[in-house]
Amino acid sequence: MKYEIVSGPHTHGGDSSSLIMYQVVLALVPATLFGIYLFGLSALMVLLTACASALITEWLMLYWRGANRASVMDGSALLTGWLLAMSLPPATPWWVVVLGSAFAIAIGKHAYGGLGNNLFNPAMLARVMLLICFPVELTDWHAVTPIALGEHGIVLNSYWLGVDAMTAATPLSHDASALSPLALMSGQHAGSMGETSSLLILLGGVFLLWRKVINAVIPTALLLGLAVPAFVLHLVSPEHFLSAGTHLFSGAAFLAAFFIATDMVTSPASSKGQWVYGVGCGVLIYLIRTFGNYPEGAAFAVLIMNATTPIIDHYLRPAVFGAKPTFFKEGKA
Amino acid sequence: MQTLFAKPFRGGIHPTGHKERTEQSQIEKLPTPKRIFLGLQQRNGTLLTPLVKVGDYVGKGQLVAKGASDMAVPLHSPVNGTVVEIRDYVSAHPSGIKIKTLIIKSSEDNSWSENYPPINPDTLSQDEMIQRILDAGIVGLGGAGFPSGVKLRLAKQKGVHTLLINGGECEPYLTCDDRLMQEHASEVVAGIELMVRAIGAKEALVAVEDNKPRSIEALSHAASEIENISVKVVPSLYPMGSERHLIKAVTGKTVAPGELSVALGILVHNVATARAVYHALRFNRPLIERVITVSGGGIEQPKNLVVPIGTPVSDLLTACGGLTMSAQRLVAGGPMMGQVIPSPYTPVDKSIGGLLALNEQEVRDDQSHDCLRCGRCVSACPMGLMPFQMAAHSRVSDYEGAQDYGLNNCLLCGACSYVCPSRIPLVQHFSHARGQINAQRSMAQKSALARKLTDARKQRLDREAAAKQAEKEAKAAARKKKAAEKKAKQAAAKAAAGE
Repeated sequence: MKYEIVSGPHTHGGDSSSLIMYQVVLALVPATLFGIYLFGLSALMVLLTACASALITEWLMLYWRGANRASVMDGSALLTGWLLAMSLPPATPWWVVVLGSAFAIAIGKHAYGGLGNNLFNPAMLARVMLLICFPVELTDWHAVTPIALGEHGIVLNSYWLGVDAMTAATPLSHDASALSPLALMSGQHAGSMGETSSLLILLGGVFLLWRKVINAVIPTALLLGLAVPAFVLHLVSPEHFLSAGTHLFSGAAFLAAFFIATDMVTSPASSKGQWVYGVGCGVLIYLIRTFGNYPEGAAFAVLIMNATTPIIDHYLRPAVFGAKPTFFKEGKA
Repeated sequence: MQTLFAKPFRGGIHPTGHKERTEQSQIEKLPTPKRIFLGLQQRNGTLLTPLVKVGDYVGKGQLVAKGASDMAVPLHSPVNGTVVEIRDYVSAHPSGIKIKTLIIKSSEDNSWSENYPPINPDTLSQDEMIQRILDAGIVGLGGAGFPSGVKLRLAKQKGVHTLLINGGECEPYLTCDDRLMQEHASEVVAGIELMVRAIGAKEALVAVEDNKPRSIEALSHAASEIENISVKVVPSLYPMGSERHLIKAVTGKTVAPGELSVALGILVHNVATARAVYHALRFNRPLIERVITVSGGGIEQPKNLVVPIGTPVSDLLTACGGLTMSAQRLVAGGPMMGQVIPSPYTPVDKSIGGLLALNEQEVRDDQSHDCLRCGRCVSACPMGLMPFQMAAHSRVSDYEGAQDYGLNNCLLCGACSYVCPSRIPLVQHFSHARGQINAQRSMAQKSALARKLTDARKQRLDREAAAKQAEKEAKAAARKKKAAEKKAKQAAAKAAAGE
């Protein structure tokens, strides 16, 4: 029996940060396995390299900062590495992946003061850094070469094993109207691991919603922010603008909606703020995809909205119980 | 009877109830303790003057200490016995601060010292009723411990129309109110009737959480004949017992931040307080005992006990079979808002409704980590605040920033800490910040007073100096005048002599 002076509550719900992180990782597993099935060993290598280098960098950074090195296994570094791998082309050279992972952890996270203090989503920061520094490697999309079932059992073709490769264009960079939303949803097309099967990503997202790891505001707001302008412009001029379905089910829209934009550290905490942030992400993805130079806008959109999170959190606060509801809170300057 | 919609207010949590440990345990009487320890300093710091001295015989129910104002609640002896000592003794304050304490050695005799004949409260006026409640030493038994008579008097002055009786008992483990409502429903209802009359209210609503069906039934039955008392069922949601949240759940009205519920014409009292009021008015009996739930994984036989005020915690533990090996922390009150008990010799006071011995699995003490900004605390906060921001500002001693994010509206209910995945001791940060702000405020007040006094002194000295100067000048002028007169006289005399 101890008689130390501590303040209440003297019990706890049992939730923990690691639990949250590992549940997110778990939610990514189906889409990841499907990605490996589609793209072969090179995809698996990208995943393993990204996670391993993220963990090693995390340990080194914790060591340098004199922080508790046990928290290397808290799941946050693993998740960052995993998300980066999900957003890279499956054929990315290993040294590019290592560089990306190390950048995500060292610059994207620890330079800001470690877990919880970073302004930008580390995985997306690394993704964008790599895209700008290594444009050739980062746009080397391979065609899907799934495992097939032959006469004598499973057939692993030379593409799957990574001995040979066949390049292809991603739906958004090419003529996407050729693919039906259903085909896009199932993921039988070129892209990064996390961009192929929207259906499996959605499955993971629903799991996170069910486990209450994330709430539905940001995903809903993001998908609406993307779909509404797409729908309107497609209605006006179908030849020039892709349909809302194509926008939703291709590229990283679902990955961004459920896994990237919902990153707790870099998104607002109040539901008012989350609506603004989510819609902002969605609209920006649409604008960058449609009018920008880059085919894939999710990473840029999320980073831009990350930058607004502190100001959103400052001005868009929940209404104090009993006080007159106001949209803006006049905070201390 | 009416069931309200599922979520009557934003935020709130559903902590594990653990009420099954004691909800079937009938209230038992604790054997008279050998010694009773009555602290002569209240939680708010008010001092009481003992009316007895060492060696005096005191009877059960005898007034033994009282204070200067109505905010100082009179103390009555809960036993027959002898005052053996008046000395500093450990109190229920978490710091274990020692306060002047009256120690009474009890005798075997358990009868009331006076023969309290039943009286007809209908013959009492409203003011007389309130005075009797004050004299009986009744405080809010829900936990706040505010003098009930003072609350009732304020309500009467402000013309309160609704008396809301709090039977929520939203804290996990505690079942003392639940058992009280079941076993003494008629006394509770009678007390409510008397309180309604004392403040001149139109009606009384008794709010009970839907996880206490037997209490709801017992109260509804007891109140079925009385027109202006109705039982309202509210959903089980922590912190339903908070005054503001209970009012919202039952009436749909919200109390503005910084205002009291009486502004809406509503007064909130606890069920156990209602019963104490009944005893005080019907039998003129003072508050000398209360029901306490003794529970938790560290208790061998959890029970609901009637405990004389001033009983040491160790007596309660003994009556419940003692502590288990796994007991880790002693808590007075519920696990959410209760405070640690500094020693097993701490006496219980009027505002302690629960004694919990929690084991390791219940306390779930864990290392705290960096804030993820996950926002779970924001969703859980029943006051609509942003706890993680308040904590971040408090941590770096930016108390103004913490207040900007709503520190002053915080209930310290602990919902945020309960859900925090990083185990950040949010409530601790808030209590600390509040303490610092209070200290700063009293320092500011002190220095303002000192400045005022210095200014006054300087003004007085100036005034005195000016007066002295004026006097001096006046004297000088008078002297001059006299001299001039003398001269004139002399000159006149000379002139007369010269003639």
